[in-house]
Amino acid sequence: MSDKVTSLASGHEGTLYDQTHAYLQRLRGGEMGSLPAIFGILVLAGIFEIASPFFITKLNFANLFVQSAELAMLSAALVFVILLGEIDLSAGVTAGVAMAVFIDLVKTQHWNWIPALGAGFFAGIAIGAVIGFMVAKIGVPSFVVTLAFFLGFQGMQLVLLGEGGVYRVETPAILAIMNNNLAAWGGWLMLVIALAVSFVISLFDRARRASYGLVNKPFSMVIIKLAGMAVIGGISIYYLNLNRSQGSIPISGVPIVIPISIAILFIGTFALDRTRYGRYLYAVGGNPEAARRAGIKVVGVRVIAFIICAVLAVVSGVFHASRIGSVDGSAGHTIVLSGVAAAVVGGVSLFGGRGRLAHAAIGAIVISMIDNGLGLLQMPAGINFLVQGGVLLLAATIDALARRRGGVVSRN
Amino acid sequence: MSFDIPVIELKGVTKSFGPVDVLKGIDFSAYAGQVTALVGDNGAGKSTLIKGLAGVQPYDGGEVHFAGGIVELKSPLDAGELGIEVVYQDLALCENLDIVQNMFLGKEELKAATLNEPHMELQAVQALESLSVKTVKSVRQKVSSLSGGQRQTVAIARSVLRDAKVVILDEPTAALGVAQTEQVLNLVTRLADKGVAVIIISHNLGDVFKVAHQISVLYLGKMVATLKTKEVTYDEVVAYITGAKGQEGAN
Ligand SMILES: Nc1ncnc2c1ncn2[C@@H]1O[C@H](COP(=O)(O)OP(=O)(O)OP(=O)(O)O)[C@@H](O)[C@H]1O
Ligand SMILES: [Mg+2]
Repeated sequence: MSDKVTSLASGHEGTLYDQTHAYLQRLRGGEMGSLPAIFGILVLAGIFEIASPFFITKLNFANLFVQSAELAMLSAALVFVILLGEIDLSAGVTAGVAMAVFIDLVKTQHWNWIPALGAGFFAGIAIGAVIGFMVAKIGVPSFVVTLAFFLGFQGMQLVLLGEGGVYRVETPAILAIMNNNLAAWGGWLMLVIALAVSFVISLFDRARRASYGLVNKPFSMVIIKLAGMAVIGGISIYYLNLNRSQGSIPISGVPIVIPISIAILFIGTFALDRTRYGRYLYAVGGNPEAARRAGIKVVGVRVIAFIICAVLAVVSGVFHASRIGSVDGSAGHTIVLSGVAAAVVGGVSLFGGRGRLAHAAIGAIVISMIDNGLGLLQMPAGINFLVQGGVLLLAATIDALARRRGGVVSRN
Repeated sequence: MSFDIPVIELKGVTKSFGPVDVLKGIDFSAYAGQVTALVGDNGAGKSTLIKGLAGVQPYDGGEVHFAGGIVELKSPLDAGELGIEVVYQDLALCENLDIVQNMFLGKEELKAATLNEPHMELQAVQALESLSVKTVKSVRQKVSSLSGGQRQTVAIARSVLRDAKVVILDEPTAALGVAQTEQVLNLVTRLADKGVAVIIISHNLGDVFKVAHQISVLYLGKMVATLKTKEVTYDEVVAYITGAKGQEGAN
């Protein structure tokens, strides 16, 4: 590669061994990211596999993905505000209101589903903007603003849909998200695209560093990352491509929600890591006063975060409507706390400034596994809540302890 | 070096908070390549004077001359455009971001609409090296893992990166130990050697005598003395600060 032009290191130096060593040191320093959550996934899989013969079955494997996607999207939505050290307790009901708007326009106004869905998203954007304005401009604590919206919007849902109103979703495109699957080749194509995109970005980054005469990490790290993606993705797709039906009509393939979710998480991560807005979001979450003095328009950054949160929450609402096939006045009332739990369990700090969308997705898998596994064991719902509450408390404690030790190295 | 033409010169600036006159017509100058210490007892008006220069709390009256011409400092943006950078006592760094990210905060470079990290990293390293900074392990370390002195270093290097003409340091050594104070003072000297006009606020006269070329003493909102460090003794400066000297209008 290129010559080292400087005397100050950047963390890219050294062999694979050095890099591994540095990584382990970071772990010991408390920068564990979602490692505890990944460990949790393995432990839960082991426990539920022993306890229930249904847990590791092809059907349940697919179910888990589908359930996780809905929660992952809501949790990813919350990451944008949690990174600011804020919270949006109304994210779930925002989604509920947006879907109520959608179904109302389709059913009673006979709108085409596309503009109706657009109106739903527009409602989400408007709600996010109002919350953001109240928090960032007026200075009402987000906890209070969104708690008020959480209560108020439950009423709004009832007004829009009527008491006890349940409307079936009949739009094929929306139903397809959670209920239809890619053809076998589609799953493999998805993996190939993901690997290609990841590889090209790595090469691009390395070329850019090299063009400024900066050292790159050993190339073997790129290969190892791709190999890891290929193995995990390959096994999952292979498994999802097997027939998982218990009846006579075969069901197989990667649920359509998976590529949609991955694409959204990818775009969101790209925005957080590589755009000015992403940098400002982390900066405001880390030290708002420092951000302000650096000339960052803190109010704008905050308002936009609440809007992004609302929009992704509506996406999660669409997933939910697709999965259960209907919209009713109680949608989104309970999911928001699971969403917060998923983010925190996955390694997003409630103190702001630290966390990634992938953390939310991994945390969502943990929470969904608990939900799903306890359901299969036919545990009473009370046990489920107790376990989820315990897991959230544990994760938040780890977060607080890790914060005291402080992170060491950035990802760049 | 031009001792006669200051980079920045205040003429009769005033500032009041309601009925309280905090700055009562201050004259003050800082020169390129020189360290000017601003001293004075608690409440003398040092921070208020600095906030005016930084544009965060504009003066009520008086003139600000920059490089010979009259300028308006109505906002931090105005100050930034002229090349006036302030390193606040609390440093204003984001602990969750790394050194490079902090040094470029608010001034990120883009290429193809995305952050040009390698170029920013290169410039940050060069800025740190131009100040002979060797104590940081990696420029991609998060600020949360840095010591107080290292943080001060990052904050000062940030101003170099922004091509500052005037750098104002508010009590840069207040919270530091002996070795780290030494490091930061060396940094201050090197910054001036690069041609920057450095203004340093400090309560530690030992530090002031080590680095400053001249000392301006504020007493209850008035500039009571502007002295060359070489021509003055420690005790004289103390006398000005405490008001034992200079009340008869030495200025
Ligand atoms: N925003 C404000 N409103 C009212 N009075 C103020 C304000 N800011 C400063 N003052 C007053 O102005 C005077 C000078 O304050 P300033 O902070 O400039 O002093 P200082 O020299 O920096 O002191 P220290 O060494 O303690 O930092 C003090 O009497 C202070 O109470
Ligand atoms: Mg002060």
